[in-house]
Amino acid sequence: MKKLIIILSAIGAAYSLQGCKMKSTGAVVEGDAASKVYVAPGKYDEFYNFVSGGFSGQVSVYGLPSGRLLKVIPVFSVNPENGYGFSEESKPMLTTTSGFVPWDDEHHLALSQTNGEQDGRWLFANANNTPRVARIDLTTFKTVEILEIPNSGGNHSSPFITENTEYVIAGTRFAVPLGDKDVAINSYKENFKSTASFINVDKTTGKMNIAFQIALPGMDLDLSRAGKGPSHGWFFFSTYNTEQANTLLEVNASQKDKDFIVAVNWKKAEEYVKAGKGIKMKARHTHNTWNDETHSASSTMNEEVLVLDPNELKDMVYMIPCPKSPHGCDVDPSGEYIVGSGKLAALIPVFSFQKFTKAIADKNFEGDYHGIPVVKYEAALHGEVQKPGLGPLHTEFDGKGNAYTSFFLSSEIVKWSIKDVKVLDRVPTYYSIGHLCVPGGDTKKPWGKYVIAYNKITKDRYLPTGPELAQSAQLYDISGDKMQLILDYPTIGEPHYAQAIPASVIKDRSAKIYDINKNHHQYVTLGEKNAKVIRSGNRVDIYMTAIRSHLTPDNIEGVNVGDEVYFHVTNLEQDWDVPHGFAIKHANNAELLVMPGETVTLKFVPDRTGIYPFYCTDFCSALHQEMQGYLRVSAKGSNTPLKFSTGETTPAVATK
Amino acid sequence: MNRNLVLVILSLSLAFYSCGGNSEPTSVRDETPDPGKNEYVDPNANPGGIGKFKNVELTHPLDDKMVTAGESIYDLKCGSCHKLTDEKLVGPGWKGVTDRRSPEWIMNFVTNVDEMLDKDAEAKAMLEVCMVRMPNQNLKDDEARQILEFMRKNDGKN
Repeated sequence: MKKLIIILSAIGAAYSLQGCKMKSTGAVVEGDAASKVYVAPGKYDEFYNFVSGGFSGQVSVYGLPSGRLLKVIPVFSVNPENGYGFSEESKPMLTTTSGFVPWDDEHHLALSQTNGEQDGRWLFANANNTPRVARIDLTTFKTVEILEIPNSGGNHSSPFITENTEYVIAGTRFAVPLGDKDVAINSYKENFKSTASFINVDKTTGKMNIAFQIALPGMDLDLSRAGKGPSHGWFFFSTYNTEQANTLLEVNASQKDKDFIVAVNWKKAEEYVKAGKGIKMKARHTHNTWNDETHSASSTMNEEVLVLDPNELKDMVYMIPCPKSPHGCDVDPSGEYIVGSGKLAALIPVFSFQKFTKAIADKNFEGDYHGIPVVKYEAALHGEVQKPGLGPLHTEFDGKGNAYTSFFLSSEIVKWSIKDVKVLDRVPTYYSIGHLCVPGGDTKKPWGKYVIAYNKITKDRYLPTGPELAQSAQLYDISGDKMQLILDYPTIGEPHYAQAIPASVIKDRSAKIYDINKNHHQYVTLGEKNAKVIRSGNRVDIYMTAIRSHLTPDNIEGVNVGDEVYFHVTNLEQDWDVPHGFAIKHANNAELLVMPGETVTLKFVPDRTGIYPFYCTDFCSALHQEMQGYLRVSAKGSNTPLKFSTGETTPAVATK
Repeated sequence: MNRNLVLVILSLSLAFYSCGGNSEPTSVRDETPDPGKNEYVDPNANPGGIGKFKNVELTHPLDDKMVTAGESIYDLKCGSCHKLTDEKLVGPGWKGVTDRRSPEWIMNFVTNVDEMLDKDAEAKAMLEVCMVRMPNQNLKDDEARQILEFMRKNDGKN
């Protein structure tokens, strides 16, 4: 025993003497990391971290610096846990021109901004596969709107926003023929277009609509950022496959030395729209909205969009050459510098907005790309970060003149100074970082305290869980000169982009209940007195209430096999954190989770006779286990009288 | 043995701190509010219960408008658990409640449920009988007064 102690002490002392030279995975965590991420029980985190759920289709919400998971907000995928996509009310949210779509691949998030700063009102998310943009209300943490994007395939370059949330962008990754035309795939060059959709956001309500689409020549729009400050009024997109390949892009889209940053002057586009220069074209797309008073979603069909053709409408779109298949296209807090990150480049070009506009004024062009003027690379260039690392992807900013770029191939974050494009520091990530996020790091006002790495590979970072592993995020303290890894935390799905915002901006506005006096659901039950069961044909509507700790009615008879039974459950509670759940045996559906003051509907078609127990699924009180009831289902066509009650204790008179 | 342990801890902690770095403490801006659940409150200190209502003026005859408003609130938010007779359902029946409790106590209880259930001796005693915490139904002050008027009507007051 004594020997062991001496050895341990020796190791400790040796480690302390050796100091910081050790560079093994474990040794990277240094000094006071634990105290920096420790948030004591009962204490709140300093930041909300909204993380895209990638192929889970949802948004996860973490507290920082603790990395504690606070909530998963269902957005583009069904969520049986709370009935999203299963309740009658929520089904229209996931309706598209192709009907009900239960899943999507979500990549990027954007918090709404006012004057270039986060205002904490809404969070936008993109669906990549069936092109859509969603809006989440940050008082209820609920998806309240989903807009489908026509003439798009792979809505990747989305949902980045302008500095007053005037527009949310939706740029297509796949070029496609407009209007769902049936053409030969290898007629790409002739028929395929890449649309950039500008979605207008209502200042007060947040409601979205596609103001116009710009039909760019065929190429892949990858990522994008709005200008800010001096560059407000412009939007910048990275592109690849300007070779216009339609097969084996891995090789065929990596031929050219340079692709482009596309710069769109959207103020100019607005002028053209005002002057009636757009062409209305048929392009059906759904628009789904949630109403907090009817507690229901509705889906409407829009029939057309306004399309602007940059070949006809001059001075609206320009291109800047950018080396080797650029991915990230990030604008610094001042709005003057645009960072392009070539996935295969060995340097990071930084463009100057001032120089870019001067190049346009001087007509300093090197040619055109299908009619769109291309400014000379050197004319727009501020500088190049030399030998920064391998495979630069994305850049965020700390508001102190520094940029942080993620490097996929060399698995690291590199900090560099914008002004003199000099590398200042680098830290490893575990492993193969994709996106990264500084709280407010894409706005005019970053909170440069942390940078979070969202890694593509997890490997040995956590206890193994079979072939499929949790995804990995890593938190770095950037308040000093050197970046310091302080926490690993697992995430859901594959995290792509994320946003973080000081908790103080959001938390005090968070809703606690829905006011039952404002519940205008079609099937609301305002008080137990109004609980009832109504049959019309083979449809049975059950107006049910839930309150600690009983459901009313809890005995229901007179339902037959094959009836369409709708349980409309109203939670009469008006207290925070008292949801009631509802589930019934044999329902091939999910449960309902009903928030205080809300009404939610579960559809159930019984397929056999018998007694069906139903109960509250969310532990609500000491007598939660007593919160249960029975539905009697009789044979098809039988005449069991419709009957419902709660608290009636008279034994039934024996029937035949 | 103890000394050895101290030695290990010392040298290990030396290891942790030797790298220095930025030692700015985590700034946590907020926390769970303290409800003061375990505070001792003298059972005789607050005959009118705990809350903002210190002196409720009753008017005669009853205000019919308030009675009607109170009844519709009862139907929506109270009737699930309280009968208008003296029969206990989830909570006690309301018959005679205005004789058992002062107007101030009633209005404090229905608007300040959680603090009352945690601290008020009478409310705590009732919780031991009912075993279900009365839900806070988020009543506004004037709604609480309307409920009281409806209770008075139910008790045959004028």
